[in-house]
Amino acid sequence: MKNTKGEVWVFAEQEEGKLSDVPFELLGKARELAGRLGVKVGAVLMGDGVEPLAKPLFEAGADVVHMIDDPALSVFRNKAYRHAMVELVKEANPQIVIFGATHMGRDLAPSVASALRCGLTADCTDLQIGDHLDKRGACEGEEPKLVKDVLLQIRPAFGGNIIATIVNPYNWPQMATVREGVMKPLPREEGRIGELVRHSAHLDGVEIPVEVVEIVRRASSVNLKGSRIIVCGGAGVGSKENFKLLHDLAAALGGAVGGSRAAVDLGYCEHERQIGQTGVTVRPALMISCGVSGAVQHLAGMKDSAKIIAINTDKDAPIFKVAHYGIVGDLNVVIPKLIKAIKSKGE
Amino acid sequence: MMNGYTCVVCVKQVPDTKKVTGQAMKADGTINRAALPAVFNPEDRNALEAALSVKERYGGKVIAIAMGLPAAKAVLREALACGADEAVLVTDRKAAGSDTLATSYILSQAVRKFNPDLVFCGRQAIDGDTAQTGPQIGEKLDCAVVTYLEKLELEGDVAIATRDIGTGVETCRAKLPALFTVTEKFGELRPYEMRRVMKYKNAEPTVLDCAAIGCEDGRCGFAGSPTSVNKIESVVLAGGEFKEVPPTDEGIGGLVSELIKDHTIG
Repeated sequence: MKNTKGEVWVFAEQEEGKLSDVPFELLGKARELAGRLGVKVGAVLMGDGVEPLAKPLFEAGADVVHMIDDPALSVFRNKAYRHAMVELVKEANPQIVIFGATHMGRDLAPSVASALRCGLTADCTDLQIGDHLDKRGACEGEEPKLVKDVLLQIRPAFGGNIIATIVNPYNWPQMATVREGVMKPLPREEGRIGELVRHSAHLDGVEIPVEVVEIVRRASSVNLKGSRIIVCGGAGVGSKENFKLLHDLAAALGGAVGGSRAAVDLGYCEHERQIGQTGVTVRPALMISCGVSGAVQHLAGMKDSAKIIAINTDKDAPIFKVAHYGIVGDLNVVIPKLIKAIKSKGE
Repeated sequence: MMNGYTCVVCVKQVPDTKKVTGQAMKADGTINRAALPAVFNPEDRNALEAALSVKERYGGKVIAIAMGLPAAKAVLREALACGADEAVLVTDRKAAGSDTLATSYILSQAVRKFNPDLVFCGRQAIDGDTAQTGPQIGEKLDCAVVTYLEKLELEGDVAIATRDIGTGVETCRAKLPALFTVTEKFGELRPYEMRRVMKYKNAEPTVLDCAAIGCEDGRCGFAGSPTSVNKIESVVLAGGEFKEVPPTDEGIGGLVSELIKDHTIG
């Protein structure tokens, strides 16, 4: 049902009683969208014993926290979370629901959209409110219809060669997933409070066909989001061996190493190092981009770096369009010179 | 399971998005798919491997299902050459313009026909990268959904699955029937058997249309797709101003001094 007075919701993903960064980032965007629409921001908090997490959500911008506290939700299981979320959406009728494009979000969001038969756009890089001119009936001679104040869901598509704006004008709620790091959290407003609403999981008599036996957490060895300096390699690095040069440069600067999707696909570096729309979005103080051509999906994940140095043999590579400093040359020559200059402090 | 497990694997033929060039873009900014080489979606190969490994270890059969144009028969023949027992193509004009919701509906209807114990999908396809179709098929079948599969064992009607949950690795027990989305971590697709390549070179998969799998028209194609494209822009980057640094000792030394001076590096 189309509820133009409905809230803008954020799925507040938590594991083991800890919220990840994503809900805070999404709440920043949700406040902007809700402000434009004149409605409230809701955060959906699901789990077992999660009430203490409501406070930080209020302080990050939620007006309402919709909490479903149930032992059956202690760990994420598709059927249980999906069922509880679908019932909650039917009950409270939001107009927009945003999920983080995390492992959990990309599992839950499509399942919920499928059950509600509404649309879902994956991995958005921006969300806005705007109008949509519906021309679907044009071949039957119908006049185009103007649909006002819909969620414009913006994402690069097709290998980054196009930017598509997707809308879901009729089958609400409008749903989207957003990658980690893309939206900016608001500054924490200490003492800000809102309304805590408790809901039932509606799981009585529902068979959950999955039982979680064990979870082994791994400490991420790569912390790209937290790094001030990142050295990032692309297909132009040429080999896994050459990638070691990038590690040397990062070590000299105390930075981290990332890779473009092409570099990951070619096996030059691990998947967890991928920077871009389907990887991590980063905003370091310094990004040194080596042999990266600059596909839009990659640029989406790094263009807001404070300073970008691009090293590429192709002077027409798109990466130079976002760079502050450009070095047209062979990275096998340039990187050793950089390392030398850094070690001698530029002298 | 006395006679082994019935496995369905959903496979997609996709344009090789890594090879998009200017010629592949139409004037209106949409993609001329015909100008791109068509390939077997990479993670669907891992999904096929998962299905074949079940058949190998526990017995049963593997049915590969693709939805798309008749050209998609090529990926089904590849699946047969690698060891799939049956191949099915769902093709219908009514399916044109399907978004993930309509696609998952049509595929779920096709999957249902075979009453499988296990369904495997690649995590995502390289032309859309949405990762939505797998979980959405699972929701429609209302079976156990296990995403990002890395390892799989079977004990009767229970699957013991190891999955990547991003922040770690989870082991779970899923009651069959179950749908799995598979990533590269499951392992590469086994090579073709030469004998089978010859045998299935011109094989004709079973072709079904939407009516044959009992689809309601209103849930297929454009009619069944809640999402619309509002705008497509080809990517033209505005030329930014950058300072060109010569790749010489002096040039690079100067750059590093500048970065030290403005405290970018210490």
